[in-house]
Amino acid sequence: MLAFMARRLLQAAVSLFVLLTIVFFMFRLLPANPVDAMVDAALGPEAIARLYAEFGLDQPLWQQYVLYLKNIITKGDFGMSFFFRQPAVDILADKIVNTLILAITALVVAYALGTLWGALLAWYRGSAFETAGITAALTFKAAPEFWVGMIFVMIFAYGLGWLPHSGMREPGYEETSVLLKYLNLDFLRHLILPATVAALGSIATPTLLMRNTMLEVMHEDFVELAKAKGLSTLRIIYLHAARNALLPVVTSLATNLGRAVGGMVLVEYVFSWPGLGREIVLAATRYDYPVAQAAFLMIAALVMLMNIVADLLYGYLDPRIVYK
Amino acid sequence: MSVGQVLRALVRDRLALAGIIIVGGFVLLAIFAPLIAPYDPDAIHRVDGRVARLLPPSSQFLLGTTNLGRDVFSQVVMGSRIALQVGLLAAFMVTFVGTNVGLIAGYFGGRIDAFLMRIVDILYGIPFTPFVILLVSLLEPSVWNIIIAVSLLTWRTVARICRAQVLSLAQRPFVKAARVAGASHLRIMYRHILPNILPIALLEMSFVVAWAVIAEASVSFIGFGDPRAVSWGKILHSAFIAGAVRTAPWWVAPPGIAIVLLVLGVHFITRGLESIVNPRLRGE
Repeated sequence: MLAFMARRLLQAAVSLFVLLTIVFFMFRLLPANPVDAMVDAALGPEAIARLYAEFGLDQPLWQQYVLYLKNIITKGDFGMSFFFRQPAVDILADKIVNTLILAITALVVAYALGTLWGALLAWYRGSAFETAGITAALTFKAAPEFWVGMIFVMIFAYGLGWLPHSGMREPGYEETSVLLKYLNLDFLRHLILPATVAALGSIATPTLLMRNTMLEVMHEDFVELAKAKGLSTLRIIYLHAARNALLPVVTSLATNLGRAVGGMVLVEYVFSWPGLGREIVLAATRYDYPVAQAAFLMIAALVMLMNIVADLLYGYLDPRIVYK
Repeated sequence: MSVGQVLRALVRDRLALAGIIIVGGFVLLAIFAPLIAPYDPDAIHRVDGRVARLLPPSSQFLLGTTNLGRDVFSQVVMGSRIALQVGLLAAFMVTFVGTNVGLIAGYFGGRIDAFLMRIVDILYGIPFTPFVILLVSLLEPSVWNIIIAVSLLTWRTVARICRAQVLSLAQRPFVKAARVAGASHLRIMYRHILPNILPIALLEMSFVVAWAVIAEASVSFIGFGDPRAVSWGKILHSAFIAGAVRTAPWWVAPPGIAIVLLVLGVHFITRGLESIVNPRLRGE
């Protein structure tokens, strides 16, 4: 178990290192040169040279690379933002929390509802209800989240005026304590629309998976027994059969956690949710490469971390799995 | 199971048949788009000498107009071309690369396998949407660069799944028989093993079509779409920037509905393929 953990961590570290390298060269060798984009040609040659020096861009590429790695590993320093003139890490720190809150809320809602729904679909297999249910799940999967977001804003924010259309808090909010920052009604009201849209986008996976595993459980003897005892259908579905079909669904929740974190970009963008994904988009449009780079690497690191958590959860939930 | 058998079984599946009809419809729409679209999608229309801004649907403009007086219906019709182009080309490239990598890794095993699968492992750590957005923004926006960005990452799944199949196939008697008969590696790989993994490759290919269509729409929506092409994502980008969610639902809804329909059609086909490739899912 410990050896397994160590190997997984080492693997993740190697992957991250390779990713750091790819990202570094991707940003510097591709046609759009970050410095040209940042520097205004009207500045004059001395000012441009000063800017180059300020961001360490006057050194040869390999020296920049070594410095970049050294700064990240020893100081956790991803460089200065071209746009904000602040360390990229400072800009991104609280965005990580915002993205995680959105992604986890959405995923938990999607899995809770998807499991219940999928169990019903399996029970009524072959019926028109099942076809309609599967079609609905696939429709949500087919709909781009940014478009569903726009439609929801149209209906619930502008049409009915129930919920705010963007952002995370009302303007003029003053922070009183770290905990209350996220545990208040205003924050919750802003969370509902983006979380619902993101949840709908990922509800198909648990629904269809639950349906499939339920199909395998439904012919077991204990289900027959429950029927023979005359229990109500809902009771049989949810208290007897579904419990035994849950395992693959729960493990898939863990594996999808990583994907969900990386997949919040568009929902965040549409709802102006101040998370890592929106920051990547903004940084890319501003040619603010240190921030884009750092945000991308943080998302990748989160994804890898979630994958390790998923592996561990696997073994905990299913003792038949042996770590080697 | 041969590819022909797979296709025949697919047509018998109700949902899959619906999917084939939907996707086929979009293919026809894309081919005949210039004939179907009533106007040039970029033309700025005038009514009574004034630019026809944000007009609601009418007999003249079936789906209304944009804030610049462009015809939404013509834009949506022409947009089908980019969506299909990106979806099909990306799927083809990904399947080609993924199947070959899986075939080579699974067949030769050992170091080659370990090396290729390490690459796949690293690719699995890269988040898809952020990667595509970053790469397209760095490469400068164009349809081809979107296809490349999508393809660079998605072959990982195809390779992993094909490899697993090849690993078990390579141990089967018919492969050993071919080897004893003196068949070359290439002949065994492409003549004997490949036909057996094609149904799975086909299934993965239809997954990629859906991803690629959504990825193109997403990238264009954010504003990194091909500046020279009309795509559904780009229409939604302009609508979002112009605040059409408040003023012009006819501009927001149609391109999204087109995306949903096309991708849903692909999902229907995928599901049909899935239950053919893996009969346990049929639940009969």
